[in-house]
Amino acid sequence: MATTEVALKTVTLQEFKGKVDPDWCPGCGDFGVLAALQKALVELQIQPYNVVTISGIGCSSNLPGYVSTYGMHTLHGRALAVATGVKMANHDLTVVVTGGDGDGFGIGGNHFIHTMRRNVDLLYLAMDNQIYGLTTGQVSPTSRLGMKTKSTPFGSVEGPINPISLALAAGATFIARGFSGDQKHLTDLIKQGIEHKGFSFIDVFSPCVTYNHDNTYPWFKQRVKKLEDDKTYDPSNWLMACERSQIWGEEIPIGKFFERTDLLSLDQAEPVLDSGGPLALRELGIPAEITREFVTELM
Amino acid sequence: MKRTFAVAIGGAAGQGVATPGVIYARIFARRGLHLYAYNAYQSIIRGGHTFLTIRTGPDRVTNQGDRIDLMIPLNQDTMDRHLGLLGEGAAVIYNSDSIQPGTPPPGVRLCPLPVSQLQHNARAKQEQNTLAVAASLSMLGVAFQPLEEMLIQQFKKKGDAVVKDNTESARTAYQYATDHFEPFPNPLPMTDNKYAVLTGNMALAMGGAAAGVKFYCAYPMSPSTGVLHWMASHARQAGIMVRQVEDEIGVINMAIGAAQSGCRAMCATSGGGFALMTEGLGMAGMIETPVVVIDVQRAGPSTGVPTKTEQGDLWQMLGAGHGDYPRAIATPTDIVDCFKIIPEMFNLVDKFQCPGIVLGDLLLSEGHASADPSELDFNPPIDRGELITSANGNGANGYKRYLFTESGISPRAIPGVKGHAHTVATDEHMEDGVLISDEFTNPIKRRQMMEKRQRKIAGIEAAVPPPELVGPRDAEVTLIGWGSTQGVIQEAIELLGDEGITANQLQIRWMVPLHGDAIVEQLRGARHTIIVENNHSGQFARYLRSETSFVADGHIRKYDGEPFMPHHIVEAVKDQLAGKTKLSVPMHEIMV
Ligand SMILES: Cc1ncc(C[n+]2csc(CCOP(=O)(O)OP(=O)(O)O)c2C)c(N)n1
Ligand code: SF4
Ligand SMILES: [Mg+2]
Repeated sequence: MATTEVALKTVTLQEFKGKVDPDWCPGCGDFGVLAALQKALVELQIQPYNVVTISGIGCSSNLPGYVSTYGMHTLHGRALAVATGVKMANHDLTVVVTGGDGDGFGIGGNHFIHTMRRNVDLLYLAMDNQIYGLTTGQVSPTSRLGMKTKSTPFGSVEGPINPISLALAAGATFIARGFSGDQKHLTDLIKQGIEHKGFSFIDVFSPCVTYNHDNTYPWFKQRVKKLEDDKTYDPSNWLMACERSQIWGEEIPIGKFFERTDLLSLDQAEPVLDSGGPLALRELGIPAEITREFVTELM
Repeated sequence: MKRTFAVAIGGAAGQGVATPGVIYARIFARRGLHLYAYNAYQSIIRGGHTFLTIRTGPDRVTNQGDRIDLMIPLNQDTMDRHLGLLGEGAAVIYNSDSIQPGTPPPGVRLCPLPVSQLQHNARAKQEQNTLAVAASLSMLGVAFQPLEEMLIQQFKKKGDAVVKDNTESARTAYQYATDHFEPFPNPLPMTDNKYAVLTGNMALAMGGAAAGVKFYCAYPMSPSTGVLHWMASHARQAGIMVRQVEDEIGVINMAIGAAQSGCRAMCATSGGGFALMTEGLGMAGMIETPVVVIDVQRAGPSTGVPTKTEQGDLWQMLGAGHGDYPRAIATPTDIVDCFKIIPEMFNLVDKFQCPGIVLGDLLLSEGHASADPSELDFNPPIDRGELITSANGNGANGYKRYLFTESGISPRAIPGVKGHAHTVATDEHMEDGVLISDEFTNPIKRRQMMEKRQRKIAGIEAAVPPPELVGPRDAEVTLIGWGSTQGVIQEAIELLGDEGITANQLQIRWMVPLHGDAIVEQLRGARHTIIVENNHSGQFARYLRSETSFVADGHIRKYDGEPFMPHHIVEAVKDQLAGKTKLSVPMHEIMV
């Protein structure tokens, strides 16, 4: 029977392979993020055609072209706004947003804050390499104080923002930090982030091997420490998460900082979506008795 | 439009100019009279000066006209500013307790109302404007009852005592006017029609609902905010999602996201907000996603004059976004047209998968007009173009989102459809969506893809009718206007006719496609052409010239923030026909 056939067929990794191979520099951290995302989608058995991968512009934002879901490679900084529209129009879709630190925290900073505040149900993977990669190595909103880049040849005099603290303050309901060099851990975080109903933010260390010689693989390897290994850590405790988010130095925590499940996501909170299925699939017309009221109230 | 009657109410913002405006509009429309109302106001919530003109008559009224028949000044300032501008036969009803009349021009009647004596309950102080409305209805030969019904409706929530105070005071004022003031020579007519009254913003929003918009988003900006307000207050009934977004950049991107998912998506703003949207507009052009953006023009540049009208954003619309891509731009010609244009625009952009701009202005968006309910058609024809919403019957393998076709239109699959997964990209791409912009850049492919998109322009042109010259071919003068000036030019032509000057009119409703050849053809043989527009630099004149090499004989321009009045155009035409000037800039007499 057709139904059993469908039930038996499982989604394979091959199905998520994109039409072309990535053109990232050999060794770029973004390869690891792509692989972890594909693995997570397979492990969750989500059909590729029910996923929309949306990005801005940057090396990292090329990701949608390398995964065979539906995709939108939008404008620099605008992926989250576009993704909100996609999700509201069809809330049955799984929406994943990817992009760089410049894309998300610089030019797209306003959308970042407001998408968190609205608790839009999507996964936002910030591929954070503390540099502008695609534009060949300028300072980024997460570059450290003093960092020398092409646009700060004498060292940056501006300090970085802390994406985790920012997300905590803006009301994101799932906040984590991953490392492209730890595939298993990252895959697990991505799975949790997709399954979380609400806005999931994962700041992923994804080293730029070409332009960032400060924050390299070995630099991160020596420092990252999983929150999951600390049995006293409670990710439902917002104040504890705030405290841990401030730790940056010889030790840098990765893992799930915070999650709360008591808030409605935007699609759940929006009464227009209470019944009738995704907006995009609804009939266009409005019942005549309602449109008559629209006119009567003008008379 | 010969038989009209215009009432003007002036006062400080917050003094209650709006309420009598609504009462008059309802009474006129329920009598089967057409009406048009324009409120000259300022960007402050209290204070300043507000001057509302409501003009009514049995035929369609398209503009505020030249003449005020009845003025109700609610403060001294209004009396001082406007009394001297009234013409013979006009009347002024005012509160004689607080306002000094000054010397009226010849033939203008003063009708003082001793408001404190007429109040039913002196402690509760009924509004002077209600009493003035009541008095005016008596002078217009309108029965008291419709006003009474409206006052009951208005005050019912405040309890019987308040209802009584207001209706009784109004009745006393009505009687006082009957006893003391001469009625107007022609009582207000009545017809069997029943009209709805709406603003251009409401019309744009309702047009969206009629077109099947399921996603509307905006960031508040005058004078487009009324669209957001209608949408927000009717969203649940209409099944429309309405979002107020963090900025206009977010607005356009969110709308495009919703459109990409398969919704009809719309947003509205004014020039400054539109400026923030331009990169997004280019994205819609590049990824070939249909979206409708409304730009309601206000006087610019920059923050400009937020509460004043202008037609100054044309070049901004023409040039919005870098690079070449197909777009459509429509300029609705009256308030009812604001409704009609939206479903038309959606059908066009759905078919040609490109952004569409509806270019309105404050004059339309905040003006009020009557409409026959049958003109507000909530069942317009819908054509969604080549949209793939299910995998049924579609060859799954080898789907190419940007398939090369003769028309340039490629079937569009929405996310969720099996076998059609693809990525759309703002980078240049190939038929399957794969980028060619970086290391694979290929001039042949780039050229093919550019030509594919641009081929749609011919289709868009064929889908939209060219404008038509209205009036006698051999007229002495041809007036060319665009968008909201349609009605005022029409009336100017009637007035010119009274003076023995024949004129015809070419009104532009679609800016893109312009149909330049058809326009030149229609203007061939025109004896004297004049372009009328509400801006400083002649934006349309320059556009028409750039597209067709056509140069008009003269220009009438206005950029003081106020709309044209018919006599502005009439006088300018006469000056130009007499060879006095080629560029007229009429002075607006009522200084608001
Ligand atoms: C509006 C706009 N401004 C600037 C650019 C140029 N630009 C492209 S990518 C980029 C920064 C990329 O940095 P990031 O977002 O961190 O991504 P990465 O390349 O590091 O992955 C910039 C400035 C652009 N595409 N659009
Ligand atoms: S420049 Fe840096 S971020 Fe971009 S692909 Fe190369 S390594 Fe990756
Ligand atoms: Mg970066």
